[in-house]
Amino acid sequence: MANKLIAQMGLHHSMANVLAARNVLTAKDALSLTEFELMELLDVGLQEVESAVSQISEIACPPCQTALFLLEGRLQNKAQLGHLPTSLKGLDNALFGGIPFGAVTELVGPAGMGKTQFCLKLSILAALPISHGGLNGRVVYIDTEGKFSSKRVMEIGANSFPEVFCVAGKAQEMAGRIVVLQPASLVEFTESLQQIKLSLLQHQVKLLIIDSMAALHPVEYEKDKRTMGQHPLGWHVSFLKSLAEFSQIPIVVTNQVRGLGNDEVVRYLFEAKTRDKKTPERLGSNLTAALGIHWAHAVTIRLVLEAYAGQRFLKVAKSPISPPLAFPFEVTSAGLALLKDDGIEVMGPEIHAIRCEGYTDLVGGQSFT
Amino acid sequence: MEITTLPLSPSVRAKLLSAGYTSFASLSAVSSSHLARDLSISDEEAVAILKVTSQYNTLDRIDGSHSILAGAQTAWDKLHEEKNLRHITTSCEDLDAILGGGINCREITEIGGVPGIGKTQLGIQLAVNVQIPNDFGGLGGKAIYIDTEGSFMVERAFQIAEACIQDTFDNFVFHKNDYEACQEKMQPKAFLANIFYFRICSHTEQVAVINYLDKFITEHKDVKVVIIDSITFHFRQEFDDLALRTRLLGGMALKLMKLAQKYWLAVVLLNQVTTKVTEGSFHLSLALGESWAHACTNRIILYWNGNERYAHIDKSPSLRSASSPFSVTSKGIRCLVSNCKRIKMM
Repeated sequence: MANKLIAQMGLHHSMANVLAARNVLTAKDALSLTEFELMELLDVGLQEVESAVSQISEIACPPCQTALFLLEGRLQNKAQLGHLPTSLKGLDNALFGGIPFGAVTELVGPAGMGKTQFCLKLSILAALPISHGGLNGRVVYIDTEGKFSSKRVMEIGANSFPEVFCVAGKAQEMAGRIVVLQPASLVEFTESLQQIKLSLLQHQVKLLIIDSMAALHPVEYEKDKRTMGQHPLGWHVSFLKSLAEFSQIPIVVTNQVRGLGNDEVVRYLFEAKTRDKKTPERLGSNLTAALGIHWAHAVTIRLVLEAYAGQRFLKVAKSPISPPLAFPFEVTSAGLALLKDDGIEVMGPEIHAIRCEGYTDLVGGQSFT
Repeated sequence: MEITTLPLSPSVRAKLLSAGYTSFASLSAVSSSHLARDLSISDEEAVAILKVTSQYNTLDRIDGSHSILAGAQTAWDKLHEEKNLRHITTSCEDLDAILGGGINCREITEIGGVPGIGKTQLGIQLAVNVQIPNDFGGLGGKAIYIDTEGSFMVERAFQIAEACIQDTFDNFVFHKNDYEACQEKMQPKAFLANIFYFRICSHTEQVAVINYLDKFITEHKDVKVVIIDSITFHFRQEFDDLALRTRLLGGMALKLMKLAQKYWLAVVLLNQVTTKVTEGSFHLSLALGESWAHACTNRIILYWNGNERYAHIDKSPSLRSASSPFSVTSKGIRCLVSNCKRIKMM
C-alpha cells in the first residue's frame, strides 16, 4: 500500500502533474513530508495540499474490517488460518491448537536445553501428511549455527511416527520436504530471507524456522548501540512479521541467552524513587534473552525453555491468548515430551526469568546421543 | 494580520509581497481584477486569493460575546465542559480510581510496559468497554483498533466481550422486559461488529490511516475510542533519518489531538519500552524519545511489582501520580484479588 503510485490515484490533473514533477511518486514519498513541506516543495496553497494528502491517505490506508468480520473469516477458513500442533498436548491447549499461523513465535533458552530438538520436531510435524496431524507441506529451515542434524531428524521421526517413517520411501519423502539453508553471515542471511518471500507460496512451504536469530547478531553491537534507538535486526523483525502474515504460515525463531551484567537492574526511574535500593531477587538466574527488549516486543509468542529444581520446563512467557504457564518436560528419543499436561501458573518476575540450575545432572540423563 | 500568515503557496505570497500587499487591510479594499493586474495573474487566481483572505478575516472577527480572543474559552467554561466529560472504564476499580473514573475522552493517553505485561489486553478491554450502553453507565460508543503489530486476537476479544456483558448484567438489577430488550442488543457478536480494525504494515500506512480517520469518523459518528497498538513498532525500524521520524510522529500526535478534541473521543496509544542511560546506569523508559514524551496528555506505565501487575501514572496534568495493582484474567482486565489465581482458559 505504501508504494502505491500517486499517478494512479485519480488526483486532480494539475496536482498529479505537480507531484510527479517534484519526484513525489508514491504514497510513501508524499506522506513522509508534512503539509507545510509539501506547500514549499510544490508551490501550491494549503487547501490543495490538504485535499491531495487526504485523498492519498484514503487510498493508501488499508481497508477497515470489523472484528466480527475477522472472527467469521477465521471460523470459515479454520484449515487455512489454523495452528501447527506441537504434539505437546498441554502446550497445544494453552495456545488454542499450537503454533499459530501468521505470527512469529520465539523459543529462548540456554544452550543444550532443547531448542533445536523442538525445532526439528516441528519441521517433521509440518512435513507429515494431514492424516497424521501434519500440514503436508515443505519446511524451510535456516540453520545459522550449523546444528541441524539429519540423523536426529530421522531418529525423532522414526520414534514418534513409526507408521510413517518405517514405510519404505516415506522417510525419504518426509526428509525431502525439509529444506535446510546455512547462511554464514548476516548479509547472506538477509539475502536468503529476501529470496524466500516468493518461493514460500510457490512451493507450498508451511513452516519457516530460523535457528538461531541471535547467532548472526554480534553481541558487542547490542551493548554499544543499545541506546541508539535503531536496532541492527530492525529490518529483519518487521520483515519476518510481514512475511508471516503475507504467507499465513507459522514462523519459529530461536534465541540465545546472555549473561546479565551486575549493573543491569532494569526498572523505571519512578520505581527507584519509591523503593529502597535493595537489589531485586534474581531467582538465582543471571540470564536474559539475547537481542534485547526491542526484539522481545516484536515477537507474538515467546516460549522459554529452562531448567530448575532438577527439571526442565517449557514456559509460555508471552502470548496474547494464553496465561503464563510452565510445563515440565524431558527430551526423549522422540523429541520433547511433556511430563504433565497441566501447566503450572507462573507469577510476576518468574515469567521472564530464564533459569539454568542443576543442568549438569540433566545432561547425563539424556536418553539420546 | 500579516499576509505571510495566510495559507497561500510560496510563489503567490512572494508576488503579493513584492506588489506591496503586506497586510489584510491592503487586500480588503482591492477588487479582483485590480489585483490580477497588479500581480499579473489570471482573474480566477485573484478571486481565489481574495476568498482565502476574506475567510481568514471573518474568522478573525467571529468571537464569542464573552471572550476577548477568537476561539478562546474561559477557564470557567472549560470547567463546565470537563464535568460533562465521559470516561471509559478499565474494568478494574482500583485502576479507575487513580485515573479519576477511567480513560478520559478528549485526551491522548499513552500506555507502555515491558513485553507480556498486558498492553494489548488493556487495549482490547477498552475497545469492548467503550460499548457498554448508556443505560449501564457506559458510553455506548464504537471503537477503532489500529493494529501495527498483528497481536490483536479476535478470539480473545470475543472472550473479553462475553465476560464484559456478563458482568454488566450481574451488576444491574432489571425488570424482566428491560432485561430481554437489552439482552438482544448486548451480544458478544454485536460488540465485535462495532470494533473497526485496521491492520497497518508500514509507517506510511500508519500516517495514512491517521489522516483518513477524520473522514472515517465523520461517517461513523459513534466512535468514542481510537486505540493504536502500538504507536512504536514501525517507527523503531526502517528509519535512518531520526529528524524525519520526529517530524512524522509530531504531526501524528497533533492530528490525533485534533481528533480527540473535535469528536470528543479518547485516544489510547500503546508504547513499547527501551533501555536508557541516565547518570551512568541503565533503566527502563518508554520508547520514541524525549520529544515524543511531550506529545501525550497522560502517560501510564504498566510494570511488575513483585508478583503483581501495577499501573503507574507517570505524567498527567490533572491526576496525582499514583500506582494501583491490576490483574489480567481470562475475563480480561480485573482488580487484583489476593490469591485469585488466573483460571486456565481451555
